[in-house]
Amino acid sequence: MIEIENITKVYQMGETEVRALNGISLKIEDGEWTAITGPSGSGKSTLMAILGCLDSPTSGVYRLDNVDVAKMRDDQLAAVRNKKIGFVFQQFNLLARTSALENVELPLLYTSMNHRHDRAKAALEAVGLADRMKHHPNELSGGQQQRVAIARALVTEPSILLADEPTGNLDSKTSKEIMELFAELHQSRGITVIFVTHDPTIAGNAHRIIHIRDGVVV
Amino acid sequence: MRLNLSQNVRSALRALMANKLRSALTMLGIVIGVGAVVALLSIGTGAQASITNRIEGIGANLITVFAGTRNQFTPSGAGGGATAPLTYEESQQLKGLPGVAAVSPQVQTRAPLKVGKNQENAQVVGVTPDYSIAHPDQLDHGRFISASDITGKSRNAVVGSQVVTDLFGGLDPVGKQIKINGILFQVVGVMKSQGSGGFGFSRDTTTYIPLTTAFARFSRQRVGNQETVSTIEVSATDSDSISTAIQAITDKLAVLHKIKPGEANDFTVQSQADILSAATQVTGVLTVFLGAIAGISLVVGGIGVMNIMLVSVTERTREIGLRKAVGARRRDILYQFLTETITLSVLGGIIGILVGAGISELVNASGAIATVVSAQSVVLAFGFSAAVGIFFGLYPANRAAGLKPIEALRYE
Repeated sequence: MIEIENITKVYQMGETEVRALNGISLKIEDGEWTAITGPSGSGKSTLMAILGCLDSPTSGVYRLDNVDVAKMRDDQLAAVRNKKIGFVFQQFNLLARTSALENVELPLLYTSMNHRHDRAKAALEAVGLADRMKHHPNELSGGQQQRVAIARALVTEPSILLADEPTGNLDSKTSKEIMELFAELHQSRGITVIFVTHDPTIAGNAHRIIHIRDGVVV
Repeated sequence: MRLNLSQNVRSALRALMANKLRSALTMLGIVIGVGAVVALLSIGTGAQASITNRIEGIGANLITVFAGTRNQFTPSGAGGGATAPLTYEESQQLKGLPGVAAVSPQVQTRAPLKVGKNQENAQVVGVTPDYSIAHPDQLDHGRFISASDITGKSRNAVVGSQVVTDLFGGLDPVGKQIKINGILFQVVGVMKSQGSGGFGFSRDTTTYIPLTTAFARFSRQRVGNQETVSTIEVSATDSDSISTAIQAITDKLAVLHKIKPGEANDFTVQSQADILSAATQVTGVLTVFLGAIAGISLVVGGIGVMNIMLVSVTERTREIGLRKAVGARRRDILYQFLTETITLSVLGGIIGILVGAGISELVNASGAIATVVSAQSVVLAFGFSAAVGIFFGLYPANRAAGLKPIEALRYE
């Protein structure tokens, strides 16, 4: 369960302060399928980074499964990212010159899990890329690359899948396929899915939509 | 460490292979540094061994007496003390002293040698037959300077092996004529090759003539009516009597030179061991000096490694961000980049050792110096290159490890 209370995030841009998040509070239950939308500059990506433990808030409380992660040290956060959260980026962020299989294996390198190969293969099969395991990212289409990224996010079997504009770099047909994949994963695995989008059609796939503007929920 | 070593090395190799030219050039800095350390140390050690050999080969139980108190390895004139030259007459008085087997007074000079159109400047030494007792087994063929050469002030000469090559075109010179300082001499014998000792030490270019002839034709230095000699070499009867002989010679010369008790001697009596230790000291310093210069190039190579790793960290900021995003801890990133620099410098170190050993082998084959690649120098160079990898890799690796995941991911 995700609970944030009164979270702020302030960036210092030279002389001026930019308040990306302005005291935002949210509660997302386990197994929810949520979309976060808002105009650009509303703070949705900043919120996503904080929810994904990639960034820490300036102030406020963030409880993940009843543990306050806002005050955790770097290495503890790394463990949380590794075990509880899978993150999908708009830019895919796959390692070039590395096969799809090895890309998916990457998070497992930082765990004590064994059978890494089998787990990575299973994750790729789950996203429908069983026949592309040995391919390098530059040999895959955008949609296939994003599937690899999703497999990578799922390989450590996290309880939460976060996606920041997962369809932002894809055409509408591929976007639809990716959203169908999310729906399927949500249904079959009971995983919490939260994604950011500025596209109302994409947001419409979710069961719950949170609108953000100027760093607060509207 | 959750990431095991072989995995780390494999991913490091992959990262290095991704930029083959850059990795190769970076490694080249380490290769040159380590190669230079190994090669120069081997040359230094070889020179040291060769000089030690040669000094030991000069003659057994040899004691050298020369005027002044300078060390043989300091330039003449340096060092203090009054200098009274040694004379031929004094040398003859050393004969029969306790422990003394043979006395070989010598006059050394440089003079032009000429055979037909071939000419070179070389060392010419005036000697007595006793020289061959002080330096046994050095005659290759023909005969050495004899007693009758001394009494007759004959113009007979014994030449070094290099002189045969340089001036006689390698043909047997015995019975042929050679002009020394414009004076015609007949070659009666050829010395064995002593090998090069480096540092201009070679006796192979030396020509030997009768001491009396040298007095008559070359040496104009006299003290009163006495002919002076450059050095007196004394052969002790055996190794146990060296110190007895040194004491006897010192006492005798002190009397002859009228040195009052408590006054410093104006001559030096040195045994082989003294010369050896002086030479070893000089070559030891030289070896360290060569090693230090090579060490500097290794440090420069290390800075090259650091430079490339900094570039690599900057270039791969997003990769670092991603790795952190999927759960890499600070130390995972640190190990990853450290493994890369260490792999780079250790590989460079191994290649450098091979290159250095190759250079050493080439120098060896050229015959200039018999080089010795010591295990110590290999361990030193290898350890140093690994240390360079760690030291110069630590900063970039630490910088990479300290990046915040979100900032690293957004890096353009």
